[in-house]
Amino acid sequence: MTLDQILVTVVGLAAAGGVAWFFWFKRAAGVRASIVSDGFQEVMILVKGGYTPDTIRVTAGRPVRLLFRREETAACSEQVVLPDFDRSAALPTGAVVPVEFLPAEPGEHQFTCQMGMLRGRIVVEAA
Amino acid sequence: MTSATHTRAIDGPAAVLDTATMTPISSPAIDRRAEYRALMRKWWFGAAVGVPTMVLSYPWLVPGLRDVFPRGSDQLWWLWVAMGVASLAVIIYSGNQFFSGAWEALKHRSANMHTLIAVGTGTAWIYSTIALLFPQLFPSAEMTDVYYDVTVVVTALVVLGMAMEVKARGRTSEAIEKLIGLQPKTARVVRGASEVEIPIDEVIVGDVVVVRPGSKIPVDGVVTEGASAVDESMITGESMPVAKGAGDEVIGATMNTTGSLRFRATKVGADTALATIIRMVGDAQASKVPIQRIVDVVSGYFTPAVVILSILGFVIWYDFGPAPAFTYATIVAVTTLIIACPCALGMATPMSLTTGVGLAASHGILIRSGDALQAAKKLDMIVLDKTGTITLGKPAVTDVVPSEGFAADDILAAAAAAERDSEHPLAAAIVEGAMERGLTAVTPDGFEAVPGHGIRARIGAETILVGKRAFLEAAGVHAGALEADALRLADEGKTAVYVAIAGRAAGLIAIADPVKPDSAEAIAALRRLGLQVVMITGDNQRTADAIARRVGVDRVLAEVLPQDKALEVRKLQLEGRTVAMVGDGINDAPALAQADVGFAIGTGTDVAIEASDITLISGSLRGVVAAIAISRATMRNVYQNLFGAFVYNGLGLPIALGVLYPFFGLLLSPILAALAMSFSSVTVISNANRLKRFRLQEVHA
Repeated sequence: MTLDQILVTVVGLAAAGGVAWFFWFKRAAGVRASIVSDGFQEVMILVKGGYTPDTIRVTAGRPVRLLFRREETAACSEQVVLPDFDRSAALPTGAVVPVEFLPAEPGEHQFTCQMGMLRGRIVVEAA
Repeated sequence: MTSATHTRAIDGPAAVLDTATMTPISSPAIDRRAEYRALMRKWWFGAAVGVPTMVLSYPWLVPGLRDVFPRGSDQLWWLWVAMGVASLAVIIYSGNQFFSGAWEALKHRSANMHTLIAVGTGTAWIYSTIALLFPQLFPSAEMTDVYYDVTVVVTALVVLGMAMEVKARGRTSEAIEKLIGLQPKTARVVRGASEVEIPIDEVIVGDVVVVRPGSKIPVDGVVTEGASAVDESMITGESMPVAKGAGDEVIGATMNTTGSLRFRATKVGADTALATIIRMVGDAQASKVPIQRIVDVVSGYFTPAVVILSILGFVIWYDFGPAPAFTYATIVAVTTLIIACPCALGMATPMSLTTGVGLAASHGILIRSGDALQAAKKLDMIVLDKTGTITLGKPAVTDVVPSEGFAADDILAAAAAAERDSEHPLAAAIVEGAMERGLTAVTPDGFEAVPGHGIRARIGAETILVGKRAFLEAAGVHAGALEADALRLADEGKTAVYVAIAGRAAGLIAIADPVKPDSAEAIAALRRLGLQVVMITGDNQRTADAIARRVGVDRVLAEVLPQDKALEVRKLQLEGRTVAMVGDGINDAPALAQADVGFAIGTGTDVAIEASDITLISGSLRGVVAAIAISRATMRNVYQNLFGAFVYNGLGLPIALGVLYPFFGLLLSPILAALAMSFSSVTVISNANRLKRFRLQEVHA
């Protein structure tokens, strides 16, 4: 094996490992939902190529309101689905769409676009 | 500047309205049209640059150009520089969403189709540009060919695929848009002494609404005056117009035919059947089929895995591939990125679900979620509640058998008089039966009900007894002569009521809950679908058996108390069956909830039955057949799509990586990969759209 081949192999394997680590093994701490006047835990989520923030921390036993605001026209994100809470909403571009649910138990739930390409996490913590 | 408000009248597909004109400025349909037009502009630009780029990338292959642009010449170098600039323009104009989408995804530590295309086309462009500007970096001249055509053509093809996808996605949601389009805009209501035309939002519960011949019924209500036939096909799926008179329920958005009606509004705004249907269909279309959860897990790993495969492919081709290794390795890596189609995988189930749920809604069948759809496919037994499901649920007089010396009409008139003020359900049938035959029921002079046995009434000098045989005998009336007729009637599934006039057994009145005209046919169709059909009823075994014989069910559960229906369903499930339960949604709610799939039937405007998985707006059992057939067709479609998407990616990726090269010398070009990738996602959506051609006749054939 020549020097350049060894170099390409080492860099390639490192890059492959880096991709795996970057996408699979690093998790964001997330944003804690703030409690608003009507008792809901509320957080605004920007929908543009993904969900910002994409990790939401909420407290169990208190209703949650996620306010989705979609700022793109790509058809991918036109719907958001919270399968574990049987909730979904169409997100027209430019509108703020509330999605409300009550997380009863601590745990982790996903919210995704209809095709599961865009993903977010809801981390429910014990009260 | 226009201010926008978000309408909450209908929760499903939200629309942003201009507050000044109340016209939608944004809705999924409008968004989609704008997206489609934008993508098509990008495609035409990409295609316009793509064709000359493809030809001029290999001028030595084209006879006329070979002499003008020979290899290694200055004019060829300048031509390629011009192509580099043009392809950069294509990247910026036609392909910007790939790069911005990839960047947005990267910020969220995720990767998607945009990532793959952006990295693929970007790599091809950068490689070509370096080869053009710094050829001295490459050991051999043949490595300095440019691949701008890959950048341009791949971008154009993927953009075209996306445009077709947007268009096809629009078609899958046509059904719900049609439902939204059904909503009437105005209503004529009585206000004070006059009729006024008002916007639909201003109708309130209790308003008296006037419906002229040929106009749309604006909201849900109960008819107070007039008679007409109403075409309810758009809501219930029943093609025959339904006769409506005072006391009947009308559904908003249905079409009045020739008569005039006045009705009292009972549900308006977001509470109407139509608004609820739209909401339920929207929710169901956005729900997930259970199998999708597995797919979600796969697709979560898919895109980064493709990137890793592409890097490993590069390394292997660089280390072991033929010369020029760097060029081959780059092409393989780019092709791998481009051929992978996470979209086909992601769209496989949602597209079929959207189409299937929409198709069902157009037949008056509301499927609550993807879970219901998948469960309905696995059914092998169906339990039908007798009353209101197989039968009309409205007992009526079917026969009058007079004894010697009595006339049938006299018996019925006497019984009707006696039962006039009774609360018993059979009493109502007798009174109604007398009215239908044009008989008048006089007011009795005296009246006494013996609960569970019968009624004793006095009309003038005569005493009239109506009830069981034992009740008559206890009063000293011999009714033995009627017993043979009574048994015959019981065998026909009818309840026989004895009538005595002035101390003599006058005859029998047979009362039965008539079987719906299409029940037998629908049950036969259910059996053809491979389901075992069970009838459940509170009737005695004899009556139940008689009806079971007439409609052809496999098994009868008779004398079941209403509260025990859920238990019976549970017992069938313990036999290892996957059980569906069909009932009215109110009395049968626990049984519907217990069943693997609960069908609420004939709900009229009460479409949001919590306990049911599938709601049938019309009262016909044929709806159950249709619902199961549509569920099966939809799930079949889902599996076809998933199979297709997995096979495509499972074959495409290894071929792109060059597994065929050692054996056949076959290596895929990135442009072919782009074609395949666009084609695969369009195929998935087209297959889902194929569901719309599903015809219910297929069930009966």
